[in-house]
Amino acid sequence: MIKLTSVHKEYPRSGVALRDVSFQLRKGEFVFLTGHSGAGKSTILRLLQMAERPTAGEVRVLSFSSATIRQRDIPQLRRRLGVVFQDFRLLHDRTAEENVAFALEVTGARRSAIAPKVGKLLAQVGLAPKARAYPDELSGGERQRVAIARALANDPFVLLADEPTGNLDAWAARGVFDLFREINAMGMTVIMATHDLDLVRAHPEFRTLEMSQGAVVFDSAAEAAVEAERV
Amino acid sequence: MPYAVREALTAFRRSPLLAVLSVVAVGFSLFVVGLFGLTAHNIRRAIERIEERVEIVAYLRDDLAPEQLKLAQEEMALLPEVLEVRHVSKTEALATAMREMEEFRDVFTDLEVNPLPASLELRLRPGSREPKAVERVAAQLRAYPFVEDVRFGRDWLDKIVFLRRIAGGAATIIGGAFAAVAAIIIATAIRIAVFARREEISIMRLVGATDGFVRRPFLLEGFVTGLLGGVLAAGLTYGAFRLVEAALIRIDWLPFAWVVAGVAAGTGFGFLSSAVAVRRHLRAL
Repeated sequence: MIKLTSVHKEYPRSGVALRDVSFQLRKGEFVFLTGHSGAGKSTILRLLQMAERPTAGEVRVLSFSSATIRQRDIPQLRRRLGVVFQDFRLLHDRTAEENVAFALEVTGARRSAIAPKVGKLLAQVGLAPKARAYPDELSGGERQRVAIARALANDPFVLLADEPTGNLDAWAARGVFDLFREINAMGMTVIMATHDLDLVRAHPEFRTLEMSQGAVVFDSAAEAAVEAERV
Repeated sequence: MPYAVREALTAFRRSPLLAVLSVVAVGFSLFVVGLFGLTAHNIRRAIERIEERVEIVAYLRDDLAPEQLKLAQEEMALLPEVLEVRHVSKTEALATAMREMEEFRDVFTDLEVNPLPASLELRLRPGSREPKAVERVAAQLRAYPFVEDVRFGRDWLDKIVFLRRIAGGAATIIGGAFAAVAAIIIATAIRIAVFARREEISIMRLVGATDGFVRRPFLLEGFVTGLLGGVLAAGLTYGAFRLVEAALIRIDWLPFAWVVAGVAAGTGFGFLSSAVAVRRHLRAL
């Protein structure tokens, strides 16, 4: 479903960002992508959105391949991905519900279908009472929930989260993380880039991909496979 | 209502100040072009009016037979350059001289014979008033045996041509410069308006809006901004025209086609500037 094969990414100015990265994700997995800042976590998320192409190797997402995807097909891919950022990226001149509706409007959803869907999404992230609030009137955790509702608007198959709890206090971070777990429990794949090692260690049941200097240096799934073989 | 229209209206509702400022920026930059156009048009009209007075006068011999005169008159009228042929008889010439040169009235009155010759006065069509055409017609007139002399203000004609050339050159250069400045201001104003919404563009792309979908409301906005700016400029120019007419001198209003062309240019350029500005943001993520 998501497969990186010998992916190498080099930028003309800043040099090598990824070296020989290969891994595969199955449907419904919850994966922590961890490592220092600059280790290549965000680069992987950008490659998955096809915002960038690998210098060598192949990124495959559903039926889309970085080697063959045409520019005009990228929007189709993006509709299948939900993306959440550390800085929320909400439109400040729109209310919570308008922010969520925006994702539906711009992908050409039927107008009559938008309002009920937005209501459902905001209820799902626990923000129904604040539907009419503007982002500036919401707390960090609430803003991230709006962003998550927006990311879910087009029924993606995977949720990509780039340090989603990075700007939040511990309580809000826990709430957002719990929301990701709920979403994952409903069958959606979640890839969460984070450098919160405590969080990662607290959840050994989820797969961890650790990156360092552009390479995957630890994959808990591979480790478990080796362990299973030894037993 | 289609999304693009709704979204363009929403953009106006959300940041009316920016929208109004863009229209005003476009309007004033085109207003400068409009003022220049008004000036250029009136200078051109003034030169044309002088040119209209370009006239060739052929003085006729006294012994000319009326049939010959009639024939010559008809032949000259057939020339493509000639607008009008007028015969001025000796009597008319004297009457005109007495009217226009009052100080000599006594001299004329005392004369026993009318010394002034009859003449043919030719007015030329617009476009045939340059020296070569005038020269050509004059040469044909001279060929008639009954024509004694042919006069036209050669020096004067050369000066008009020179003046027209300078005015035309200056208009092209200054007008071009004004238009370029207007274009830069319009492009900048629209670019600022698009830049203010770069976040929106990046989110639209993030959630999978197609490029065309992202572009449409901006193109519409650019179009409307250009159109309103153009109409504003036309209004301001008309205001300036009325003001000058009321307070200073009588001048001509611009030809309708110029006004339409100006507004259309503003509209088209607004549209184009939007397309270019959005393209920049579409190339980034």
